[in-house]
Amino acid sequence: MLKILQTLDRRWIFLAMFLAVAIPLIMGMTFPEKTSDQVMAVFNAVENLPDGSNVVMALDYDPASEGELQPMASAFTRHCALKKHNIYFMTLWPQGGPMIQRSTDLLENDYPETYKGKYGSKYVNLGFRAGNEGVIKLVVEDLKKSYDTDVQGTNLNDIPLTKNLKNIQQVDLLCNVSAGYPGSKEWVLYGSAPFDIPTVIGCTGVQAPIMLPYIPQQLTGMLAAIKGAAEYEQAIINRYPELNDNPAAKEGLKRMGPQLVAHVLLIGLIALGNVIYFWERKQGTA
Amino acid sequence: MHLWKNVVIRRLMIPLTWFITSSVSLAIAAEPPAPPTQFRAEDVPGDAGTAIDLFWTLSPDDEEDTKPRKVLRYVIYRKTVDGDKKVPSLNPGTKMIVEEENKFEIIGEPTYRVNKFRDSNCEAGVPYMYRIEAVGQEGLTSTPVELKEPVIASLQWFNLQRSWFAVFVFLICGSVILFIEMARKGTIFKVRKIAGLEAINDAVGRATEMGRSCLFVPGIQDINDIQTVAGITILAQVAETTADYRATLEVPTSRSLVMTTARDTVEAAYLAAGRPDEYNEDDIYYITDEQFGYVASVTGKMVRDKPAACFYMGAFYAESLILAETGNSVGAIQVAGTAMPTQLPFFVAACDFTLIGEEFFAASAYLSGEPQQLGSLKGQDFGKVIGGILLLAGCIIMTLSSFESAFESGEKSQVESDPTFLQSAQTYLKENILGKGGF
Amino acid sequence: MKRTIPLFISAVTGFVLIGTAFIPQFVDWGNDAMAWFNLLAAFAFILGGGNLLKMQLQKISAQQPGWGYAAVTLIAFFITLYVGLAKVGVNPSVKFPEFAWSGEFQEEGSAFWWLFEYIFYPLSATMFALLAFYISSAAFRAFRAKNTEATILLLIAVIVLLGRTYAGVWLTGWLPNEPIIGSSGITYSDFHLPHLSQIIMDDFTTPGMRAITIGIALGVASTSLKVLLGVDRSYLGSDQEA
Repeated sequence: MLKILQTLDRRWIFLAMFLAVAIPLIMGMTFPEKTSDQVMAVFNAVENLPDGSNVVMALDYDPASEGELQPMASAFTRHCALKKHNIYFMTLWPQGGPMIQRSTDLLENDYPETYKGKYGSKYVNLGFRAGNEGVIKLVVEDLKKSYDTDVQGTNLNDIPLTKNLKNIQQVDLLCNVSAGYPGSKEWVLYGSAPFDIPTVIGCTGVQAPIMLPYIPQQLTGMLAAIKGAAEYEQAIINRYPELNDNPAAKEGLKRMGPQLVAHVLLIGLIALGNVIYFWERKQGTA
Repeated sequence: MHLWKNVVIRRLMIPLTWFITSSVSLAIAAEPPAPPTQFRAEDVPGDAGTAIDLFWTLSPDDEEDTKPRKVLRYVIYRKTVDGDKKVPSLNPGTKMIVEEENKFEIIGEPTYRVNKFRDSNCEAGVPYMYRIEAVGQEGLTSTPVELKEPVIASLQWFNLQRSWFAVFVFLICGSVILFIEMARKGTIFKVRKIAGLEAINDAVGRATEMGRSCLFVPGIQDINDIQTVAGITILAQVAETTADYRATLEVPTSRSLVMTTARDTVEAAYLAAGRPDEYNEDDIYYITDEQFGYVASVTGKMVRDKPAACFYMGAFYAESLILAETGNSVGAIQVAGTAMPTQLPFFVAACDFTLIGEEFFAASAYLSGEPQQLGSLKGQDFGKVIGGILLLAGCIIMTLSSFESAFESGEKSQVESDPTFLQSAQTYLKENILGKGGF
Repeated sequence: MKRTIPLFISAVTGFVLIGTAFIPQFVDWGNDAMAWFNLLAAFAFILGGGNLLKMQLQKISAQQPGWGYAAVTLIAFFITLYVGLAKVGVNPSVKFPEFAWSGEFQEEGSAFWWLFEYIFYPLSATMFALLAFYISSAAFRAFRAKNTEATILLLIAVIVLLGRTYAGVWLTGWLPNEPIIGSSGITYSDFHLPHLSQIIMDDFTTPGMRAITIGIALGVASTSLKVLLGVDRSYLGSDQEA
């Protein structure tokens, strides 16, 4: 048996991982989440703003990382919509445009009374600008130097939300969801830290350790990976219980089932690997 | 009859009640909110005279939990104040023009419970007058409050807030330059062995023996990323070794500029190794800027060609594990080097050797063996000593100061005393070295 | 000359930009330099695109193994280029209805949007999802208790893996919130796996990450200085022609 394991084709491991993710996903397993302090800090940052505050939603990710980050972006958008905030969408990723589209669709379809047909007065899509951190440096100093029009080519001076907005130091909160460079780190280094812009972020699990040192001084809070998204969704549901019946408000929670089984599989694989290792050592082959 | 009466009374009562309640609520809402107080302005320090900070005390009606809110937002107006034209003129026509020229304009509308605003659209040297109003229900505004005197944003030629930052830049860069100079003059510096770099020669040797190629991946960022530059300098050394061993070296790149730079570098390395004729420009090629398109192409190449040695040197993101695991599955010796802290665990798990962070930057100095390059490593060490001392000093001051505060609160002294030396030191550190002006 | 002029340009630009970090009047120069770089990089794409075409055409004409992939690459390249440049299926913008090309190239329903939504999007997501498979094979192979350090790493990995899911609550949720006998301040519930996982992240990972970041920052400073001072010129190629 151990000899078979020693020469195990890694495709069997791949198959096990496929099943570990697919089965709970198909079965729709969800578990209750307890909201951690870090996630509560994010929740409170949005919740404690007066209704109708101005929030910049910088969505810096692409389809590749959408699986991990879209639940966060949707949760941020939904929470802002519940608070009737004015939202400015923007992205530093060329593939970010369609990601913004998903959030604006959510606003229009799920919260029509506040946002339907209110483009320009309740939300605006500034779209993509090339230039990475250079764009951040510009928008925190002078928005219109970088963005003279929105995504539809309308001059920002003709849009009610942006008419009097000199730069994003004037907004009440910056929400960034990012999958890498340019992303959260650049927003902190060039945007929120030098100008004291209250900032919350959502990032991939891999990025989380590099963003941890910025909490709580430069960052108010962070959602790390699917776990963070699920906890945030739970916090929103606890505050707005009517969402409990809305499956779209539980995208992150739904992904925690596959994560649980996949993590248990990983632990099993680590244990198995070690059994083989100690057996090899006993045989004197290691 | 009784029923009919009831209906009439009800029909009369409904509009009456509506009239009474609405007039009462109108009477409540009709009141404009109280104005904010203590409105003041300050020039933002350490800037080019382009911003002014405004502060005010919230309107007494701007309370936390009142519903409906009496204050919905504040409106801030600004006008330029022209010294000469401000003199009141007897001519009514002139006065009107002056007023038109210097009309108050809305520059921002901060929401309720907010008590500061930064106007970053100023010109240096121009006096500005600001006015603030609280806006309540139905658009009713409070009486406007103006500044007592105009404020001028002044241009600073040196950002004094960054003085400490400048000192540290000077110290660290100075020490790097000093040690490079010392090395040039003959001082010999000892550098510890880095296993990952020692492995490069072995890996290339093995590839030659097996008649397979070597693959060098310079990360997925452009040449403006210093990690890519560090990767290219290592490429120079790797190329010299492959030229020596007559092994094939392939460099797929994800940026056009990296391709041209890598070509120059490898060409120079082959020239230096005395084998310019063996340099083939087509071995260094561009694939795509798109992260996963690039990965798909490189891993496909790995599976087909089975390189014997893979080097990953540069800035990597999620593709690190895909590359390294594929390399591992084809049995290549793998050496990785990156300063992306997030990707280091993946490289450590899947590669034979990994250059972690600063080791990666030290690699080119180490491989080249040039004394002046080794000198720069000593400069880095000096920077670490400074960093260490600062960390230690900061921790000690903070710890002692917190003990002191605990002791004071234990004594329950109600009298407000001057801050102690430690408390002042703590504040100074926070505001000047750790604060916005510092790092 | 081939090395001296670029070296001179980089030294002057580098040191001037370091200086402007302290002079508010010129602090924007860094942004301008970045804009210049972006322009250069955009033009350099012509070089890259040209090289891509050349390599793929060579593969096809020589009928090298896998030349079919090269053909797919070329076809995809030209289709995307045409669809994007010609704005196929894009409606004119409301502001300029008289200009057929005034709409946004990624507009919903356009051909480019279709390529993005139904080809690029699933392909990218698939590549990213491969990580889950590779991480499992890496965990199987690499996480072995070879020595004390590796054993500690392994145990911590298990705690974090469990702590980040509901399994942590399941396994340790029953621990009572009562103080442990003989010690003050510590309760049994402090040993909840999610709590332990958070402690590991906050108290061990963060300082470690800070230390690595400081080291990296110093490495960046020293490497940049070597480049600006011309101590390390290997990236510049040779003065001689090969």
